[in-house]
Amino acid sequence: MFQLKNVDYVVTDEKTGAKKEILKNLNLSFDKGKITVVTGHNGSGKSTLIKLLMGIEKPTNGQILFDDKDITDLAVNEMANLGISIAFQQPVRFKGLTVKDLLDIANERSTNISDACDFLSLVGLCAREYLDRELDNTLSGGEIKRIELALALAKGGEVFLFDEPEAGIDLWSFDDLIGIFKKLKDKTIIIVSHQKKILEIADKVLLMSNQGYQMGERDEILGNMSPSKCARLEVRDE
Amino acid sequence: MNSIDKDLLAQVADLHSVPQGSYNIRKNGESVGRASDSDIEIVSKKDKQGIDIYVRKNVKNKSVHLPVIVTQSGFEDLVYNDFYIESGADVVIVAGCGIHNSGDKTSTHNGIHTFHLAKNAKIKYVEKHLGLGNGTGGKVLNPVTKIIMKEGSVCEMETVQLGGVTYSNRKTNAKLGKGAKLVIKEKILTTDKQEAKTEFKVELLGDGSSVEVVSRSVAKGESKQKFVSKIVGDAECFGHVECDGIVLDKAQVVSVPEIEAKNVDASLVHEAAIGKIAGEQLVKLMSLGLTKEEAEAKIIKGYLN
Repeated sequence: MFQLKNVDYVVTDEKTGAKKEILKNLNLSFDKGKITVVTGHNGSGKSTLIKLLMGIEKPTNGQILFDDKDITDLAVNEMANLGISIAFQQPVRFKGLTVKDLLDIANERSTNISDACDFLSLVGLCAREYLDRELDNTLSGGEIKRIELALALAKGGEVFLFDEPEAGIDLWSFDDLIGIFKKLKDKTIIIVSHQKKILEIADKVLLMSNQGYQMGERDEILGNMSPSKCARLEVRDE
Repeated sequence: MNSIDKDLLAQVADLHSVPQGSYNIRKNGESVGRASDSDIEIVSKKDKQGIDIYVRKNVKNKSVHLPVIVTQSGFEDLVYNDFYIESGADVVIVAGCGIHNSGDKTSTHNGIHTFHLAKNAKIKYVEKHLGLGNGTGGKVLNPVTKIIMKEGSVCEMETVQLGGVTYSNRKTNAKLGKGAKLVIKEKILTTDKQEAKTEFKVELLGDGSSVEVVSRSVAKGESKQKFVSKIVGDAECFGHVECDGIVLDKAQVVSVPEIEAKNVDASLVHEAAIGKIAGEQLVKLMSLGLTKEEAEAKIIKGYLN
């Protein structure tokens, strides 16, 4: 189980010294075998939450627990080695590193063609065309987003963090993306999304706003949401 | 040849045995091995140190290796090599210099290379530089390359300096005729208190000529690098310079771009970016399980690959 206990996250403006509270007193549990979709307004702290869960940012107060072990102070790579994997909202580009180089690192051993094929074909890409491509500006936004997903899958683990995985992959069938999440059904899945089809597969929904958060079974959180509330949350059909 | 010589030759010219085709191996100022044939002929200069290399008309799919090694501490080598690439020839030229200095005096190699490319001649020129040895003496390399390109000729030049050279000053001058194409790829890694300077001047004089310069450098420790490029467009031509530098520790990198259009149809572009390794790149690789140090090494290796 992945847990946050009494977590606050406060940023300080370097110039004025003013403090801004991004997350306040978060108490959350993410269960194994469940898909939790995190949704809410822009600026409500969704991406910050993902960064805290990966160890990229550290809470100002509180604890992060993984199977009852305190992992609050672990570095990103230590989190990764515990089995936490992430696909970033905006994948980073590298001059000189190829798709295969990254898959090799993710896979911890030399990727043979069939392994790479598996991960790339899961995200709708042909390994033969992409393995030797550099992860630089020659890849389109959609291509690099799919490669980002393939890397998370190649790395594997127990907890998967997907930050807006659907962004920029318009041409790819949503069913394939949903299929990936379903394949990971025995893992802990946390997805930041506004996408209606992704919300539909959620076991639990974490609804975040500047006023606070609500977490519960999907229907409990979204069940009585009016169309106007959906619109305010920018829930999208496609 | 001893093991130091063999190691240097393997690293600067990928030579693990006697090369195929024509070659000249220079050690401490003397030719210690040479093969020359009617396709690629190597002739010693009579008036000064150096050789003339003649690549005959329409000779294709051949290579010539011209490595230089300096193993005597304090030795200062100066050599002039002139290449005459006749029309329609298409060859690979592998040069490069390795200095092994175990003494306390500065060892220097000054290689002055001039290329004359006739109409439609094509070359790929690879030059690697390396410094080895634990001596306190400097390992200095000052290569000068002049390239004169006639109509439709193509030159692809790759220069690599990946460590051990305490000081280098590279000067490259090229003049391109009608439809000539020049591609220069440079990779430099400096560490400790090393210093590397690079100066390019390319003149695009014929219509349809083009040049592409891609420089990637990594400066670590307290090392210093300076990259100066000047592209002059005096015809309907295209020039593109891309200079990327990664700076680590207390190193310094200076990039001085200059593009000069003397013709309304000249199109010249310069891009330069210098900075530390992007934090997002480190985080991405760490999220795949690498430590910060491993991630840094991976990024640099890929970047200079």
